[in-house]
Amino acid sequence: MSTTIPYKPGKEPHAREHRLIFRNVDRADYDPSIDCYIRNGGYVQLKKALGMERQAIIDEVKKSGLRGRGGAGFPTGVKWGFIPPTNTKPVYLICNADESEPGTFKDRYIMHQDPHQLVEGMIISCFAVKAQLAYIYIREEFPEAAIILEKALAEARAKGYLGKNVGGTAYDLEIYVHRGAGAYICGEETGLIESLEGKRPYPRIKPPYFPAALGLYMSPTIVNNVESLCHVKHILEMGSEAYAKLGTPNNTGTRILCVSGDVQKPGYFEVQVGHVTMGEVINDLCGGLKPGRKLKAIIPGGSSAKVLRADEKFKLKDGRELGIMDIPMDFDTMAACGTMAGSGGVIIMDDSRSMSWVINNLNQFYAHESCGQCTPCREGSLWMKKISDRIVAGTASPSDVDELLRVANNIEGKTICAFGEACSWPTQSFVKKFRDEMIGDTKPELESKIVNPETVLAAANLV
Amino acid sequence: MQIPTELETKMDEVITHYPVSKRSAVLPLLHLIQHHFRFISDEAVNWVAAKLGLEPIQVLEVVTFYPGFRQTAPGKFHIRVCRTLSCAMAGGYELMESLCKAGNIDRSHVDHHHPIAISTDGKYSIEFAECLASCGFGPVCMVEDDFHESVKPESAAELLQKYL
Repeated sequence: MSTTIPYKPGKEPHAREHRLIFRNVDRADYDPSIDCYIRNGGYVQLKKALGMERQAIIDEVKKSGLRGRGGAGFPTGVKWGFIPPTNTKPVYLICNADESEPGTFKDRYIMHQDPHQLVEGMIISCFAVKAQLAYIYIREEFPEAAIILEKALAEARAKGYLGKNVGGTAYDLEIYVHRGAGAYICGEETGLIESLEGKRPYPRIKPPYFPAALGLYMSPTIVNNVESLCHVKHILEMGSEAYAKLGTPNNTGTRILCVSGDVQKPGYFEVQVGHVTMGEVINDLCGGLKPGRKLKAIIPGGSSAKVLRADEKFKLKDGRELGIMDIPMDFDTMAACGTMAGSGGVIIMDDSRSMSWVINNLNQFYAHESCGQCTPCREGSLWMKKISDRIVAGTASPSDVDELLRVANNIEGKTICAFGEACSWPTQSFVKKFRDEMIGDTKPELESKIVNPETVLAAANLV
Repeated sequence: MQIPTELETKMDEVITHYPVSKRSAVLPLLHLIQHHFRFISDEAVNWVAAKLGLEPIQVLEVVTFYPGFRQTAPGKFHIRVCRTLSCAMAGGYELMESLCKAGNIDRSHVDHHHPIAISTDGKYSIEFAECLASCGFGPVCMVEDDFHESVKPESAAELLQKYL
């Protein structure tokens, strides 16, 4: 990485950062036009890719160890390899720009400030998987980004990087921007596909509807996050071996951490995966907690990740014993600590925060965003909101806290898509780790007022 | 309801983005309609259905599902305030309150199915939105398509002054 890049005053990358994807974000001398991108070495990797065997590109991405940056952390090259080898149907590629996991704010800056990086990454990826039609599914709340991307696509078309005979080869490709309409579930890849087909975004059941086999219009479809597609360009630029040296084994490359909540300087930081610990994120990158405050809890990978309590200790299988501040920001250690690196959205909470209030806020989000297709999620997410409403309002009885947990446990694993887990993990982890505090927000005297429905029905001769 | 020629021309171009299935154009067409008419009427639903060769219910079910589509007219300037955790911690609810006060909007009647409240003079309408993806710089809100970060609740009146 060049050290001569001038950044806007106050927006300089932190010394601990390693910028690949965000290299041009907040640069003083950079604009989103194709000319600026080309001046800075843009579309060179596309030309290289067009001269490569398709399988060689896929192998490079596999060897790089790139894991999806949208939330699940699934290896991108492996995902590409799931297209059936005997396939004769058209292949589609969709860029998932539905960034809407609470706590996550990275794709916005890529699309606003360096859209051609995404476009180049997408064209290379489309070429590799033989897609000739691709879409950028962008959330409706990014209207400006949609306009910027449409302009970038038009510029790429005018330069011959899109349309007929991409880069003078026999390969044809079209990419269009498709705007969502404000639904979180459209970030789930099969929900996204339904939405792109013009329907309600009810996720499809897997198997059989793995998008790589039966995706958009029942054809093989690759759905990748914005950041993941940008990484493809850098893998070709650096070579998979050099790329894989960034980060740590099985957690390669860089990733953008988005930090919000109770820290002095929240923001986005691109770091090598696993090279900074949670403590370094808070104290180095973000300038520490607010004066006089103590750390209480951290949601480490978007709101669906299980919460970590400040005093937790983790004993890992490899013998390491970690406190919460020692956890390296990678996929595998985060999973070993019972949570997930997810989308990179880190939410810090200090001792001024009520955990009942926090989980109530999240439960309201999930109740609003459940698509309603599966009963456990549709009903359960609403009940979790209602019960936590009561706890916050001080009208809950102590047993309501366990009732909240029971509802969450009845959603997990019982739904078509992972939203069921996404909405139950926060409640499960908050109740498990902050049970005493939540019970402290309830009123024991209300316990005696609980009415057993069977008694009521029996009194009315209904059972 | 009269669809202007240039709007329909734009729609016809958008439909070409979906060579496999015209049905895919439902969301983009509804966006164009909402952008032009400010909301999506029953008549517009029927028009889109006819345009794409669909049953009206196939369009209506989309309109009623997505929070981004409205079936009634909002105010002249529509405001969306982020409600979700990071913004709420930074003062999102306080921002909502002060915007309502500054814009003379009464939110007491809103519910899940009727999330939008309109000011008495019809100039502003407001609703909570779920995570607007700028969590590090809360509280955030959108006025029409403009995005505003780190909006202090006390500067709500100042913000609305830009939209008259």
